[in-house]
Amino acid sequence: MTSAASDPAPSGFLARRRLGLRVWWTMLVICLEERLVYRGDFVLGTLMRFLPIVTQVFLWTAVFGATSSGSIAGYSRNDIVAYYLLTMVSRAFSSMPGLASGIARSIRDGSIKKYLVQPVDYVGYLLAARIAHKLVYYAVATLPFAGVFLFCRDYFPPIPDWTTLGAFTLSLVLSFLLGFFMEATLGMLGFWFLEVSSIVFAYMLVQYMLSGHMFPLDMLRDIPTGVAGVSVADVVRFLPFEYTAYFPAAVWLGKVQGAELVRSLVVEAAWVGVMIVACRIAWWRGTRRYSAFGG
Amino acid sequence: MTRYVSILLTFARACLVRDMTFRANFVLECVTSLGWMAMNLAFYLLVFTFTPEIGLGTGWTKAPFFAFVATGMIINSIVQALFMPSAEELTEMVRTGGLDGILVQPLDAQFLVSMHRIDFSAFANGLVGVGLLAWAIPRLPQPPHPVAILLYPLLVVCGVAILYSLVIMLAAATIHLGRNQSLYDFWFYLTNFSRYPAEIYSGPWGGPLRALCTFVIPILLVVNVPARVIAQPLTGQAGMMVAGTVFAAAAALVISRWVFQSALSKYRSASS
Repeated sequence: MTSAASDPAPSGFLARRRLGLRVWWTMLVICLEERLVYRGDFVLGTLMRFLPIVTQVFLWTAVFGATSSGSIAGYSRNDIVAYYLLTMVSRAFSSMPGLASGIARSIRDGSIKKYLVQPVDYVGYLLAARIAHKLVYYAVATLPFAGVFLFCRDYFPPIPDWTTLGAFTLSLVLSFLLGFFMEATLGMLGFWFLEVSSIVFAYMLVQYMLSGHMFPLDMLRDIPTGVAGVSVADVVRFLPFEYTAYFPAAVWLGKVQGAELVRSLVVEAAWVGVMIVACRIAWWRGTRRYSAFGG
Repeated sequence: MTRYVSILLTFARACLVRDMTFRANFVLECVTSLGWMAMNLAFYLLVFTFTPEIGLGTGWTKAPFFAFVATGMIINSIVQALFMPSAEELTEMVRTGGLDGILVQPLDAQFLVSMHRIDFSAFANGLVGVGLLAWAIPRLPQPPHPVAILLYPLLVVCGVAILYSLVIMLAAATIHLGRNQSLYDFWFYLTNFSRYPAEIYSGPWGGPLRALCTFVIPILLVVNVPARVIAQPLTGQAGMMVAGTVFAAAAALVISRWVFQSALSKYRSASS
């Protein structure tokens, strides 16, 4: 990055593009190296994410054991186990630990001002850092993920067709972008409220429940809202959260198919667009009212 | 001992003053903390729309199960309020060298590391837990035995002691790892096993897991034993369970003390 920054300003569109890519690549490499400094902490954190699945599997096994029905909200016991494992994959893409609180902290302690005076796009830098974080995470987590999925292969339905696999992959990429821009926007509330930890926690709560991370959202289908013909599931479908956990898992399990699948992917992409615009507006307006703290 | 109690009270007063300085944030923290609890309760209510019992023939029907959940809330809120904020700070103290300041104090390092910060907002969950317990007890199939009512506070203290030991051992791991940002996550995931009745861990995999979480890392004793004593009829096994829990709590405290002291002996200051 130093050499890129010290080069004379390039002229010509291609040269500027190349410089932009070099800066972006350098940011990615720096973030990768930073991630690997505390390897022990990172590996520990990665492996731990499998623990809650274990309790959920046993809980739902006990629930199915006590009920005479072999299906709950259209899910068999095997479907439920597969669903939880698949939401782990969704969350591996969409969860952004520390992003919002990190942005708010850098606003509060003043360290964000270095991005205001450097020719580096802050949101772009954060995106590169997050991609680096995810790349390292996938590198570490692929093996345990593969092991767990292989071990639990009997819970899964047959591998879906190529179209479904493509839709699943697309839904994961979009869930990464949606998760990133939602959290980044949230972090930028720090321009207005110096302490946003409670807001972030409240967001996490809502996100955890309404994303389908806690249970398949189909289970809310029979829960009434008080409005005739409208269930809680209908309300949840109007929010972006389901795309960060439930939707990719439902795609793999064949719960969303055909025209409904296409419509849902378009809606997910639209939510990504909305959150990118919201993030940019928050950054633009926030930096205009920002007064630096710290030395 | 009196000196330590006095210092603890001073810490508590300072933390309360700090919390009250940012009252809006304090209220928000209470609300979000209660929101987390409400969300979990909503999940359990949802589960009970599909089944009358957690595990066939286990006795964990709705009211006993909510007594179980309430016990978990009370124990966890005490740990969250008294120990977690300080333990979380240790992870940064080790990395930045701030632990040096603790070690040169004429006080026990473990006391300072684990109790210098108190999060009063975490007690909100405990109060809700007490309320939930008060709701559940009259609805139990059998009212609790008077002995059970006497044993319950002791077993709650034992549960807190086991979790405290776990927190201290995880915090001590920070000294070896250099940084342990996952401390809170790990604690959360590990205590996740204690959130449900032990009976759900059955079968070829559940049995060994249950044994592991009872006899090696006694996380299943934390909530299960006090909740079982209050919510289910006392059986011949109750005495054994109670004695085992008291022993496990004492052993956990001793082992965690040893682990913490060993870790401290390997601490190399990061400050200049």
